[in-house]
Amino acid sequence: MGWFERLTGRERSAKKAKDRLRLVLIHDRTDLPPARLEALKDELIAVISRYVEIEPQAVEIQLSQDGREQYLVANIPLKSPGRRRS
Amino acid sequence: MGKVLTITSGKGGVGKTTTTANIGAALAGLGKKVVCIDADIGLRNLDLVLGLENRIVYDLVDVVEGRCRLRQAMIRDKRLPELYLIPAAQTRDKTAVSPSDMVEICDELRREFDWVLIDSPAGIERGFRNAIAPADEVVVVTNPEVSSVRDADRIIGLIEAEEKGPARLIINRLDPRMVRSGDMLSVEDVVELLAIELLGVIPEDESIVINTNRGMPVVLNPKSKAGQAFHNIARRLLGEKVPFMPIEEESGGLRKLLGRWLRGG
Repeated sequence: MGWFERLTGRERSAKKAKDRLRLVLIHDRTDLPPARLEALKDELIAVISRYVEIEPQAVEIQLSQDGREQYLVANIPLKSPGRRRS
Repeated sequence: MGKVLTITSGKGGVGKTTTTANIGAALAGLGKKVVCIDADIGLRNLDLVLGLENRIVYDLVDVVEGRCRLRQAMIRDKRLPELYLIPAAQTRDKTAVSPSDMVEICDELRREFDWVLIDSPAGIERGFRNAIAPADEVVVVTNPEVSSVRDADRIIGLIEAEEKGPARLIINRLDPRMVRSGDMLSVEDVVELLAIELLGVIPEDESIVINTNRGMPVVLNPKSKAGQAFHNIARRLLGEKVPFMPIEEESGGLRKLLGRWLRGG
């Protein structure tokens, strides 16, 4: 945050535009709106849980990009051995 | 063999027609033989921007439907003898022309012209498909503003899907003063978001309105900054390495300082 933002409490509009566009373009490009991504996450958790124990609330799934390439990045922590049910 | 260059944007009103007219005039001024095709059937405007509206006899649909030969539909610009226009039909719609008609017409034009420029209609439907079907190269025009950047991104994806990419980018109507005060997306912001190669930046410039009022491409006005920017784009299209103009407004140091202070930036 620059001195202008600190002084006025207002974020410069170009920065706001860029942040909003960055998000909307990721979803436009993949045709995957946030609500569908949430649904995908729930199903993914259900499927993976059939094979291995995971921490459902710690699962993170997001879209990321490199140039015009899009990636679906999932971070799925497994339940630690000590806490595993025997 | 000439090249077919399509100028498109997704969103309307970002300056495709002005860009087509000026790149065409600039290439002609550099000694190239150029024909501009208005592919916006039903909403013809390239004739008006080029100042050739009173000389139309036949149009693109007349060629497609066999009422005239291709040569008869070409209007020669008297100020730039190597610049020609094929106007759009005004009373028909986009379905009067098909992508394969455009490919056929451009294959014929390629033999005679160095450059065939196609002014695409807005949107992502038939008119856009017509405009990109014959393209060797595609240029996407956008403004530094959220909705035109979003639409440009969509169009860039469609161009890739049609295997006509990678498209190159022209950012039109950039206001350096607003960029400096943090209230307009910068060139770097737009290039980073769209992730395609930049072909040129056209500054906001009153001379565009004035020259368009007169039906005279702004590249014919040597004092215009926008005209200079279009000229640089034409040279880049010919493969020259032309450095990007500094996007700075010319004003005195005191005025600049005062302006900055008044805007609180």
